Amino acid sequence: MLPLKTTRFALLAALAALSATAVSAQMLINGAGATFPFPIYSKWFNEYAKIDPSVRFNYQSIGSGGGQKQILAETVDFGASDGPMSDENLAKAPRKLLHIPTVAGADVLSYNLPGDPKLKFDGPTIAAVFLGTITKWNDPAITGQNPGVALPDMDIVVVHRSDGSGTSYIWTDYLSKVSPDWKAKVGKGTSVSWPTGLGGKGNEGVSGQIKQTPGAIGYIELAYANQNKLPFADIKNAAGNYIAPSIDSVTDAMATAVIPDDLRFSITNPPGEKSYPIASATWLLVYETQSDPAKGKKLVEFLKWAYQDGEAMAAALLYAPLPDSLRERALEKVKSIKY
Amino acid sequence: MSTAPSQSSILPAPGSRGPDIAFKWVAAMAAAMVVVLIVLVGWQLYAGSRMSLAKFGPGFLWSTEWDPVQDKYGALPFIFGTLVSSLLALLIAVPLGVATALFLTELAPIKIRQPIVMAIEMLAAVPSVIFGLWGIFVLVPWLRDYLFVWLKRYFGFLPLFQGPIYGVSMLAAGIVVAIMILPIITSISREILRSVPNLQREAAYALGATRWEVLKIAVLSYARRGLFGAAVLGLGRALGETMAVTMVIGNRPQISASLFAPGYTLASVIANEFTEATSDLYLNSLFELGLVLLGVAIAVNVVAQIMLKSMTGSGPIKVN
Repeated sequence: MLPLKTTRFALLAALAALSATAVSAQMLINGAGATFPFPIYSKWFNEYAKIDPSVRFNYQSIGSGGGQKQILAETVDFGASDGPMSDENLAKAPRKLLHIPTVAGADVLSYNLPGDPKLKFDGPTIAAVFLGTITKWNDPAITGQNPGVALPDMDIVVVHRSDGSGTSYIWTDYLSKVSPDWKAKVGKGTSVSWPTGLGGKGNEGVSGQIKQTPGAIGYIELAYANQNKLPFADIKNAAGNYIAPSIDSVTDAMATAVIPDDLRFSITNPPGEKSYPIASATWLLVYETQSDPAKGKKLVEFLKWAYQDGEAMAAALLYAPLPDSLRERALEKVKSIKY
Repeated sequence: MSTAPSQSSILPAPGSRGPDIAFKWVAAMAAAMVVVLIVLVGWQLYAGSRMSLAKFGPGFLWSTEWDPVQDKYGALPFIFGTLVSSLLALLIAVPLGVATALFLTELAPIKIRQPIVMAIEMLAAVPSVIFGLWGIFVLVPWLRDYLFVWLKRYFGFLPLFQGPIYGVSMLAAGIVVAIMILPIITSISREILRSVPNLQREAAYALGATRWEVLKIAVLSYARRGLFGAAVLGLGRALGETMAVTMVIGNRPQISASLFAPGYTLASVIANEFTEATSDLYLNSLFELGLVLLGVAIAVNVVAQIMLKSMTGSGPIKVN
């Protein structure tokens, strides 16, 4: 009996080992969602493959809407979204869904004026331009903030995103905070009913439109504007300082903004002295209780690695890394994941 | 030639009609697939838009509001943009396409016909996004700085050519789409003109007609039903064109008499907003726009069929 049992046990163990290697060699963790963080996520997945070759990540950048839908339907192992999920959508989740912020980006205000002057804007002025109540470049509201810059008597042509995007969400979220008028008439969202202006598809569509149209003004994602050397304005923050958009001033915004426990936060118009006011984090959406223990374990390992080592890669790709305080809180969330 | 069918019916041994029947069924299946496909597409669009159908009812068709923040949706500006940009494209492309086809079949020296045909076919192979980029960076600035200014100066009394000039506009979209549907209209028109029997032309010449009169009475009037069909096929493509239109139309959901004003089309708004649509009603409304687009395409084809029928009776020369 005994020898038989041992052989059987050995056989079973061998089988288990065999299937374990087979499973781990093929383990594929699927994710889908936001397009904005796609470059940094790809970089992370590539780097992580060198550290843990037993797991492979597959990320489809289908947009935040699709990411939220797919994680709610549990057709992917993690979702990704540029904006936090609405209460309404979150209520549809079968289990508790965690928001894990990864990196942040910003919107810049770009324009096309003769001589490419460096301009300064405050929030209410931007809102008035995008509401269509300020229509000329030499409007006192603009010239008053830009002493010494000769602004022409030219029509302002507003350009906005025509495709639904996190970039528009950040922009309208900011305008809703600084202008009661904007909040009442337009509101915030990945697509809104724009009171005026032309729609361009994608960052490239908006920047193309701005480049082609004298007197145009529009918002573009910071990384894209930097890569393409587009002019952009300094924006007055809540503390009253005009701040140039940069990776540091965005990270600073995250450090000073009030962040709730569920990490569904907005960092537009933060109180910090050196904070750039039009920025937002992007999130991974992960269930607190993982349905597949093996995958859950690997996912948590990866996320821990991302906060430990991955964040340092962000700046090179023009994303703002999380400040230390927020990174600690996000890491706590990751550690709370059960599998 | 007319003996060919009777010959082939003699060839197979009596009783071995197996291949015939099999072929008949395969062909019938292929034809049925097309119908099934359309029905499935329609069903899927209907199923995806139930929520907005229930909420907005037929009012969806004539509401001009499109506000994802308030969750209020209406299709009229998009229907308007789709129809106007497509008809503009047709208005430009049909005369050009038919004239090109006439030149190629009737007037051009034989030597240069083939190179021109090849050039037109190459045009059909250029991807949509290339036309869009060309539109943004080349066509639109030129339209804004020259053609539109000229139109406004001399035809500004018409409501069609009033208002501020942005460059991106309904007219820019119409021109880009016209270029894109030109190949299909030209090549179909060419085939149709080539199928006009030479007897027609010879008869007209025999009556002492000039070259122009021959084209008019013998060729064009003989071929007009076919040419109309070419235009309808072109229109079908124009209705669904998405990428290039999105890039040059300005993407503003409004209804304006001016062709200089930006507009928006059904296909464009679906392509633009689908990926980031998070609320259910929003997604349903985008599906319903797809349903409307399918409806518009069917309606346009039905109207075309009716027009085609009325043409048969009134033409100077009856075809079929």
